[in-house]
Amino acid sequence: MLTFKDVSYLRDGFLLRVDCTVKGPGISAVIGPSGGGKSTFLSLIAGFDLPDAGTIYWGDTDLRPLAPGDRPVAVLFQDNNLFPHLDVLTNVALGASPLARPAEDAKVRAVEALGRVGLSGFENRLPGELSGGQQSRAALARILLTDRAVVLMDEAFSALGPSLRVEMLGLVTELLADRIVLMVTHDPMDAKGVAGQTIFVDAGDVFAPVETAGLFANPHKALADYLA
Amino acid sequence: MAERAQQIGFGTWVGVAAAVAIPGLILVTTLAIFWVAEPGSGLGSSDWAAVRFTLWQATLSAVFSVALAVPVARALARQRFPGRGILVTLLGAPFLLPVIVAVFGLLAVFGRGGFVNVGLVWMGLPEVSIYGLHGVVLAHVFFNLPLATRLILQGWQGIPAERYRLAASLGMEAAAVNRHLERPMLWQVLPGAGLVIFVLCTTSFAVALTLGGGPSATTVELAIYQALRFEFDLSRAAFLSLIQLTITVVLAMLAFRFVRHPGFDRGFDRRMVRYDGRRGVLPYQDGVLIGGVTTFLLLPILAVVFRGVPELWGLPTQVWTSALRSVLVALSSTVLVVVLALAMALTVVRLRRGTWVETAGLLTVAASPLVLGTGLFVLIHPVANPEALALPVTILVNAMATLPFALRAMVPAYRGIEADYGRLADTLSLTGWARMRLLILPRLRRPLGFSAGLAAALSMGDLGVIALFADPETATLPLQIYRLMGSYRMDDASGAAVLLLGLSFGLFWIFDRGARRADV
Repeated sequence: MLTFKDVSYLRDGFLLRVDCTVKGPGISAVIGPSGGGKSTFLSLIAGFDLPDAGTIYWGDTDLRPLAPGDRPVAVLFQDNNLFPHLDVLTNVALGASPLARPAEDAKVRAVEALGRVGLSGFENRLPGELSGGQQSRAALARILLTDRAVVLMDEAFSALGPSLRVEMLGLVTELLADRIVLMVTHDPMDAKGVAGQTIFVDAGDVFAPVETAGLFANPHKALADYLA
Repeated sequence: MAERAQQIGFGTWVGVAAAVAIPGLILVTTLAIFWVAEPGSGLGSSDWAAVRFTLWQATLSAVFSVALAVPVARALARQRFPGRGILVTLLGAPFLLPVIVAVFGLLAVFGRGGFVNVGLVWMGLPEVSIYGLHGVVLAHVFFNLPLATRLILQGWQGIPAERYRLAASLGMEAAAVNRHLERPMLWQVLPGAGLVIFVLCTTSFAVALTLGGGPSATTVELAIYQALRFEFDLSRAAFLSLIQLTITVVLAMLAFRFVRHPGFDRGFDRRMVRYDGRRGVLPYQDGVLIGGVTTFLLLPILAVVFRGVPELWGLPTQVWTSALRSVLVALSSTVLVVVLALAMALTVVRLRRGTWVETAGLLTVAASPLVLGTGLFVLIHPVANPEALALPVTILVNAMATLPFALRAMVPAYRGIEADYGRLADTLSLTGWARMRLLILPRLRRPLGFSAGLAAALSMGDLGVIALFADPETATLPLQIYRLMGSYRMDDASGAAVLLLGLSFGLFWIFDRGARRADV
């Protein structure tokens, strides 16, 4: 359970406020207009930015003093999810052991994770030799290896074509069922398709998560304006 | 405005230490010079002559280099021909060329018994002398004409291609293009280019050492060297160092204001269609210009190679030992540069207010190596025999001289890596050595290899501080060549010059190409 207590974050005149709870497991879509604060919301959770006031709790743990790597949080970025100079196996194994030389059992687990995302046999390829969809799968395999309960996806599949995106979302639903997934998306269809809950972010306000089907069936004014 | 504080690791401490130590070293050496310099001795007439000569030869060198570079750069900007790219790249090569090799080549072409004088005598004309003002300016133009050409060519390539297209559609003649497009650009670029060259020429000790000398052609740095080596007059050397320091600092401050590009970044060759250079005599005129400059730049080098290669096999052992010594000095200096630049780049990027670290590293641009050397001499002299420390001091001073270029190459690249992959590495807990090994080093390979190559080549060919410190036994290869030339052993000197040429460019090539090869 992620709890945001009176969190506020001010940057260049833009104020983001969060005061809500995200329960898991399951996928929550994060939607809202551009510049509304979706990415900032995610980077507060990841620890790339720190709130000016308020606290973010994971269960009873205060996340503020923890560095990004020490938080129970994994991130799928829009791009640059893989180090282009390292082969797929090393990239994935980094999820289990961030050492200069990955441990043997990390490699074994990486091979197994690659199997689960359908990339068996691609272990020794460089990311540049993979298609966009395969790169996303490799990044997903690495997330499977990390024992992080929260997964942030910042428009992770926005560069993929429609059918590939649906395929990846299906894979996420299937493989990350036991985690709290926060998924920023620009497409309401993504939210309706896979997200049980939806968090609407507009003009610096992060609304508490609501059940997706109900929200879209009966949108409040701000959401209706955004969807229009 | 909360921001995650970055972890301060071992590398950051090294970077901070270096950023404190470098200005510290400059400060301590300067204080030492102040301490020793005789107060109230004032500028004697010979000191004034040295100051005048330093500024005068630098003025002439800058004016000739820039004036010649303008038509050459224009020719290169508006003509397309096979080998143009290679030629533009080659214009960067004199930066790596050891001064003593170039001087040897210039002597072979313009010196007594050189091609030019043989031709003049044959035509019944008087010989020209390469020593003194002529020679110093000639050598400086040889080194700086290519640099000026590159700087000005950058200005030309900064003019958007659309403007030329518009000019072509309006049917503008070359003269009109010149007036409306090129002259405004030149007004912007020329002062900076001239100033950079002027600064370089006030601190180019090796040229003055080999081609200058005597009451009418002694630079301040040469006077420092003579005071230290021949008159053993520390206080006079220190006093002259203060004069040189004043000149360098004033000029560096001017240059910092006017110059944005150092101009040493490599290869640029953007495609640009030019229509105005295709008419009438222009292609021929440009061809003659480019051909002439290429000959001027290549002939001395070819002269060294043709003269020196047959001598290689018969070189005396002392040349080979000094070559080995030079390689070791160059490699040590390279290691120092790479470690310092890497740690400092890391610190610049990691610390929230880290730009002062880069500024500290760039400070060494303002410190003339010879003045730094004199300061170290003054410091070492009371406690140890400076000659015994000749090589470590040379390694240190050479590293300091290359550090600004390495930082210029590495800091932006490091920033880019952290911008692209820093967050990913953060979420993966990739820190310390693992981050360095898995992320930074592989992606920093090219600027790292380039910096290492630069450091090795510059240190290999350096003939500066070593001349202040070395005893007859510990000569580096450039100093050995200088001594051979001084004792008129021209055959051995030519062979040694070829060896030095090969080693300098070879080392650069190994590091630079090696890094690129590993990239693929």
